[in-house]
Amino acid sequence: MSKPIVATTSLAGCFGCHMSLLDIDERILELFQLVEFNKSPIDDIKTFTKQCDIGLIEGGCCNSENIHVLKDFRKNCKIIVSVGECAIMGGLPALRNGIPVKECLAEAYLDGPTVGNNTEGILPNNEELPMILDRVYPCHEVVKVDYHLPGCPPRADLIWEALVALVTGNELKLPYEVVKFD
Amino acid sequence: MSEKIKFTIDGKQCLAKKGQNVLDAALENGVYIPFLCHVKGVKQAGSCRICNVKVAGRTMTACTTPVAPGMEVENDIPELHDLRLAIIEALFVEGNHFCPSCEKSGNCELQALAYRYQMMVPRFPYSFPQKEIDASNSKILIDRNRCVLCKRCIRSFQDDQGRNLFAFKSRGHKVEINIDKECAVNLSDELAQEIMDVCPVGALIRKEKGFNEPIGTRKYDKKPIGSEITSVV
Amino acid sequence: MRTTVKTIIEKYNNDKTRLMDILMDIQNNFGFISDKFVEVIARETGLSIVDVEQTLTFYHFFSKKPVGEYAVYLNNSVVANMKGRAAVAKAFEEELGCKFGNLCDDGKIGLYNTACIGMSDQEPAAIINDTVFTSLTPLKVKGIVQQMREGKKVTEMIDVIGDGNNSSPLINSMVFNNIRKEGPVLFSEYEVGAAVKKVTEMTPNEVVDEVKSSYLRGRGGAGFPTGLKWEFCRKSEGPRYIHCNADEGEPGTFKERVILTELPKLLFEGMAIAAYALDAKEGIIYLRGEYKYLKNYLEAVLEEMKTANLLGENICGKKGFDFEIRIQFGAGAYVCGEESALIESAEGKRGEPRNRPPFPVQKGYLGMPTVVNNVETICTVVKIINNGADWFSMMGSHESTGTKLISVSGDCDFPGVYAIEWGMRIRDLLEIAGTEDVLAVQIGGPSGVCIGSKEFKRTISFEDIPTGGAITIIGKDRDIIKDVVVNYMDFFIDESCGSCVPCRAITVLMRNKLQKIIDGNGVMNDLDDLVDWGAKMKIANRCGLGQTAANPILTTLENFREKYEALIDKDSDYNTGFDLEKAVADSCAYVDRVPNL
Repeated sequence: MSKPIVATTSLAGCFGCHMSLLDIDERILELFQLVEFNKSPIDDIKTFTKQCDIGLIEGGCCNSENIHVLKDFRKNCKIIVSVGECAIMGGLPALRNGIPVKECLAEAYLDGPTVGNNTEGILPNNEELPMILDRVYPCHEVVKVDYHLPGCPPRADLIWEALVALVTGNELKLPYEVVKFD
Repeated sequence: MSEKIKFTIDGKQCLAKKGQNVLDAALENGVYIPFLCHVKGVKQAGSCRICNVKVAGRTMTACTTPVAPGMEVENDIPELHDLRLAIIEALFVEGNHFCPSCEKSGNCELQALAYRYQMMVPRFPYSFPQKEIDASNSKILIDRNRCVLCKRCIRSFQDDQGRNLFAFKSRGHKVEINIDKECAVNLSDELAQEIMDVCPVGALIRKEKGFNEPIGTRKYDKKPIGSEITSVV
Repeated sequence: MRTTVKTIIEKYNNDKTRLMDILMDIQNNFGFISDKFVEVIARETGLSIVDVEQTLTFYHFFSKKPVGEYAVYLNNSVVANMKGRAAVAKAFEEELGCKFGNLCDDGKIGLYNTACIGMSDQEPAAIINDTVFTSLTPLKVKGIVQQMREGKKVTEMIDVIGDGNNSSPLINSMVFNNIRKEGPVLFSEYEVGAAVKKVTEMTPNEVVDEVKSSYLRGRGGAGFPTGLKWEFCRKSEGPRYIHCNADEGEPGTFKERVILTELPKLLFEGMAIAAYALDAKEGIIYLRGEYKYLKNYLEAVLEEMKTANLLGENICGKKGFDFEIRIQFGAGAYVCGEESALIESAEGKRGEPRNRPPFPVQKGYLGMPTVVNNVETICTVVKIINNGADWFSMMGSHESTGTKLISVSGDCDFPGVYAIEWGMRIRDLLEIAGTEDVLAVQIGGPSGVCIGSKEFKRTISFEDIPTGGAITIIGKDRDIIKDVVVNYMDFFIDESCGSCVPCRAITVLMRNKLQKIIDGNGVMNDLDDLVDWGAKMKIANRCGLGQTAANPILTTLENFREKYEALIDKDSDYNTGFDLEKAVADSCAYVDRVPNL
């Protein structure tokens, strides 16, 4: 029997959730026994090469590329899991929500204290660049998300237990300490 | 010796003092009823609605309901569990609760309730409202993004002339908390700490304090809120 | 300026419980209440600044910024919209070159939306500086704007004078009573003062018993037995108070306005009877700010009643029967129609309903036992005393004795006030109101129920469909969701006091979900969510407002589910409504690029 296939990605995130996935320590060997990875930074597969069972999404959606990747995941994965606060509620990138996107861009490229030598007031607008969304969207406010694993990042134990439960179909029983929002 | 009133919560025999409200009596009898706006010894607000219990088929807030003899209170039932969770979730989407960057994280009662009720994601869409931060007071910072409008601060703090240090402004979903510029001008460090401690969330923060305790040692890191009263099954 | 403010505050003895009056007078005097004024009020009354602001910012008609020499408050209720409000609003905006919510003409004229102003039978209507303008048309608006620009006094701008006492020089208003059916109780002939004279020959307990045996129930909507309320109040040690609830904020209701215009003596006499029964020395009429055009008239009638020894000291010659009434104006807050919120407001605070117990009859105004009765209820008591409890209880139905004033408006030929016997069928009322092709009837205003033709056989009664009196008729051509439900939900969002979490937050969430459905992004699950969230609202909130704020959605989902389903794509099981094109529009425009979707 073939192993369940897992894909992962980081949208508007910091890769902290992926780091936390690696934090399962030696269980990572067990994980590779349990599942096969497809599109993921873990094996550096850039595009989906087959239909997957589980897609782990880190980060929310702050630009058009995030939206495309997320929709691609939804299309290619049977189960989508929002991993971490950013995927679940926008997280720290969503601190900009409520501030008009124009002001955010002006702060970043024109007026902010860290703006260097932009005397001509150039705003990045090459069509190769992803387009910035009006706010950061939680993943489930864009596509259907099946499960949510909170935390910033989610504890390694939480990611591990949840993955095992999903793969084996066993009931997920979580100790109190592992579900946290920070 | 004052006479005690007999009543039950989910079938458990309890005793209350005359005039005592259901919430205080429950806590004294080892029954945890979750709450957010209640502060023992301070006039009840009955505003968070989390302590809603059922008596004779009717829902009522435990903090505002005096115990009556023979009263049969329903507390730990699925219907109320979902109601309470919905209220907690509504609070999360109503404000901007960025737990990872909040000074109160780990000691926050709203967050702790979400843990206890196993909120993974709110059922409601996030509203990301724009809220103003008021840093004008020398000791206390008001971060309205995190305020749950429980009125604990309004009810708890008056100056020596009985004037309120805090009050609401506006109404409905536009309601916000404000600190008085005159009455709260010279807060002592002790009072500032008390104010921060009364706030169940991170809306009232002592300036230049916070992030003192490492993750793992904070109030609700290891044990659920209310577990000193009833453990979570 | 500062001295004027101080004089106003002194007029009310620097009493913080009179904060509403202080704020109202300052607002009227200056057109706004500035930070400086707030500081003076706080200092002079011993309140903190935030406390003064707490009351100030709660009420719609108080403003920290200037509202203009002329402040136009145009009703935006469902019925106003049915009657052509949009064209009227557009005319105001075009004539003045500015949008609602703003000051126009260099600050001279302000345009504001406001909730139902109690003129549903003569909409569109607006209040400008306390003067009511009814049956507005774009053409009339032109004239009004012209006259405002000329600096004419509003009282001189009215072009039609209403019927009955509306033409009294003390009212001099455009408002019409539109009494369509007088009925045998309130509008029947009677001798002023006979009832209060009669009760002076009875004991207070006998008066209470007489009201009890009439089975009179509160006419405000909740229907609590009036005699029982009085009896409960008498059990608490005084001083006791009687408050008359004339807040009439339920959109679609206006019958109390008619009583106050035509039968103020009946009302004051009823209050005196209640005062006698309760041994109360002071009474308050809590009158909605929208009816301030009746102020001079009502105050004159109060004086008349005093002169006739029907109010004041030793009423009807009975030693020790002293009773005074003062009028407390509200300032635009629907929730103040809830009795404990009304009391809070009368004490100068934000109109937030209180927790129960204690009930107002135990601890009400200033912590003292207080009965709050609706205008119609109090007036009815006079007729019960005059004609006897048996006469009264013969009318109506078993659990709903007597008659009820109904305010009928919307899609009908004869909007106005109808005195009906309880137990009347909706169908029969629709017939006398002159209707055809009725899609739905909203009974009891937004907090009530919306029913379709299948239910028109039902009756208006406490046994079947109880109501405080608002009946809004919705014709076949209306879009019940967009024209009615949306407006009602927005109304509740605006009017929530904001204390209870479910009312404050979930009402907004339900409204947003409704918009999602209207925008074509709804899925069937959304309807289940609305039902579930609405059920929670019903049980989780403290007061009637919060408990019924989901009713516009819940009752239409129950009776007109097909209208919702028609908006839903049934093949879709998940739709967030996310729109990439919309989401990138602002940023692309700002950086000057064409979105490549």
